[in-house]
Amino acid sequence: MAESVPDYGEVDRIIQSHSCEKSALIAILQEIENSYGYLPAWALRQVSEKLGVPLIQVYGVASFYDAFHLTPRGKHLVRVCLGTACYLRGSARVLEALESELGIKDGETTSDLEFSLQSVRCLGACALAPVMVVGEHYFDKMTPTKVHSVLKRVQSKNEEN
Amino acid sequence: MRRIKTPLELEALRNSLVHRRDPNKPHVRVCLGTGCRARGSLDVAEAFKDEIEKQGLEIQVECKQTGCHGFCERGPVVVIGPKDIFYQRVKPRDVPEIVSKTLLNWEVVDRLLYMDPATGQKILYEYDVPFYKRQTRRILAYNGQIDPTDILDYIAVGGYQALAKAIANMSCEKIISIVEKSGLRGLGGGGFPTGKKWRLCREAAGDVKFVVGNGDEGDPGAFSDRSLMEGNPHSILEGMIIGAYAIGANRGYLYVRAEYPLALKHLQIAINQSREYGFLGKSIFNSKFGFDIRINRGGGAFVCGESSALVASIEGKMGEPGAKYVHTVERGLWNKPTNLNNVKTWASVPMIINEGADRYAKIGTMKSKGTGVFSLVGKVNNTGLVEIPMGTPLKQIIYDIGGGVLDGKRFKAVQTGGPSGGCIPERLLDLPVDFEKLTEAGSMMGSGGMIVMDNSTCMVDVARYFLDFLQNESCGKCVPCREGIKRMLEIVTDITAGRGKEEDLELLQELAETVKDFSLCGLGKTAPNTVLSTLRYFKDEYYAHVRDKKCPAGICRDLIEYSILEDKCTGCGACLKLCPQQAIDAYGLIHTIDPAKCIRCGICRDACQFGAITVK
Repeated sequence: MAESVPDYGEVDRIIQSHSCEKSALIAILQEIENSYGYLPAWALRQVSEKLGVPLIQVYGVASFYDAFHLTPRGKHLVRVCLGTACYLRGSARVLEALESELGIKDGETTSDLEFSLQSVRCLGACALAPVMVVGEHYFDKMTPTKVHSVLKRVQSKNEEN
Repeated sequence: MRRIKTPLELEALRNSLVHRRDPNKPHVRVCLGTGCRARGSLDVAEAFKDEIEKQGLEIQVECKQTGCHGFCERGPVVVIGPKDIFYQRVKPRDVPEIVSKTLLNWEVVDRLLYMDPATGQKILYEYDVPFYKRQTRRILAYNGQIDPTDILDYIAVGGYQALAKAIANMSCEKIISIVEKSGLRGLGGGGFPTGKKWRLCREAAGDVKFVVGNGDEGDPGAFSDRSLMEGNPHSILEGMIIGAYAIGANRGYLYVRAEYPLALKHLQIAINQSREYGFLGKSIFNSKFGFDIRINRGGGAFVCGESSALVASIEGKMGEPGAKYVHTVERGLWNKPTNLNNVKTWASVPMIINEGADRYAKIGTMKSKGTGVFSLVGKVNNTGLVEIPMGTPLKQIIYDIGGGVLDGKRFKAVQTGGPSGGCIPERLLDLPVDFEKLTEAGSMMGSGGMIVMDNSTCMVDVARYFLDFLQNESCGKCVPCREGIKRMLEIVTDITAGRGKEEDLELLQELAETVKDFSLCGLGKTAPNTVLSTLRYFKDEYYAHVRDKKCPAGICRDLIEYSILEDKCTGCGACLKLCPQQAIDAYGLIHTIDPAKCIRCGICRDACQFGAITVK
């Protein structure tokens, strides 16, 4: 998958804005993830050098927390809630339908970088269970049969823009 | 600068706000909590703004965007004050009518009222809706009343008066003894006496101390912390400032789940406003006490709800828990004494200082005082946020407030305490909800998730679900948790797949007890609770899986079979078109499912409008 072009200046700016503080490691990685959608390997190396934190520790933190990703992510992030309330109302079946519709597994990204699929444990919108979120848009009371039309809607909306 | 330097200035500001605000002025309160927002309440709020502008009513009426009202099931929720007329499922197109009829003439828009399914009667006022009527909203008292992004709204309802009172008139010792006397306990689920924790931290050696607000609500199915952070962030800040003053801390951290962007935003706005008014910063209320709060975004790790893991995460490390004999009150953040409380616990503090320990302790049971906030979710009619006095029976919460089980199905169990909790069966429905009783029943309070399960829920599958969650979230540091949960998951998965043997149940029990006794932190110690409680109360279901190779609830795919009822099938072909496996054959009007091709995905059953597809 295509790696992003190194932009050492931007990552430097992020590190500087936290005054090179070692304790700000998580916050720095969060900002890099925000900028690039994932944590490029070159950026991890740069963070390690600038903060004076061993690369293994930076990698440890980057792989420990679910919020971080080490590979590029798709244009649309599809999140399916697998919180208890959603699970009881059948969200695992929704995830399964999404996996077969997109041809990827949970946590993966389509090869055209259109969609990333991510299950999450509770979005706190239990009244809408089972709930699925594409980008910022919530889809409530999801069923496996609705999956196809929701994805089509998302894509056509995207083409309009 | 708008710095408030004395309690008198605060009182004067509050009085002027109260005088300036006409209590009889018609106003709209639109819920912008996450649930209502997901259902489009932002558009509703925008429509109100536009309509009010269009009709030139900016002076006569007001539109307020509030935090979560709690009744998520009926969102978007809109309340028209001061009469508190309650409208539910409001859409932007309803707005012009609400403005011209209700806001201007107090005429009611009948179709937007809530109908009580029990009596069939429409209910006019918010406080008469059964969901709210039987609650005691104290921690959530101003959620849904105030605009969380406006500090003046909070000050107008008496906000920061407890802080003024504490700093101007109370010694640190006095504050701690009031909190001790109130009986307040950790509302994050642990239930440790808050006053005692504060005293330990105050007495711990060291000049530099910290306080931490835990808003890393990781339990699936719990959203009370989120609603509080979104809906009344200043109450949390005020509690933390009072606590820091009493303990002798000058720096505070709020650790908030990154999945809660709105909570993060509202807390940051609140911190900025609080600084502007001088409630945070140097010499608060002209005293020598200075204090400031920083927000840390969580990284999405359940284990970080555990105190030592949370501390490690704030320090920028992996969230691995430390040994339990080191208490964070003595050695926490950067090895300094650190007092960590859940955000609901912090938000209870101003209330206790304002009304005194005795009044707070009047509510609740012998050992659990005050109220508890629960997210009532799952197979229940009224999904939402519920605040009740400690000791309220489960039955009352699920039936009187929650409106009973969804689709009239039979109640099977209620799961409390998230992945650390357990399942409570029907025969214990009279159980009063407090810290001790839930623990005795094999569950726990946890973050206040309360998940209702009906007879279409398989309890073995529920155990598998939580083990799967915990296996992913175990940090892997200690062996009993890392290996034990994995092995338990293997056994339970085998049982759900029809590969289970009867002796597996004994092994499972033994393993669960070992993990419980020997894990390092709370995650591992409580991880077997769902297994243990389901083995205790629902052993029959385990037997059905291992002996008869049947799943009574019809959930475990390897143990069930889909078939079509001939007398109900109309031959419409809806299922046939949707079946991803082409497992459905049609012989004329008669449809049948080929069990060899069927993957038991259930799509046919969703598609059938005639209830012709059954699971055995």
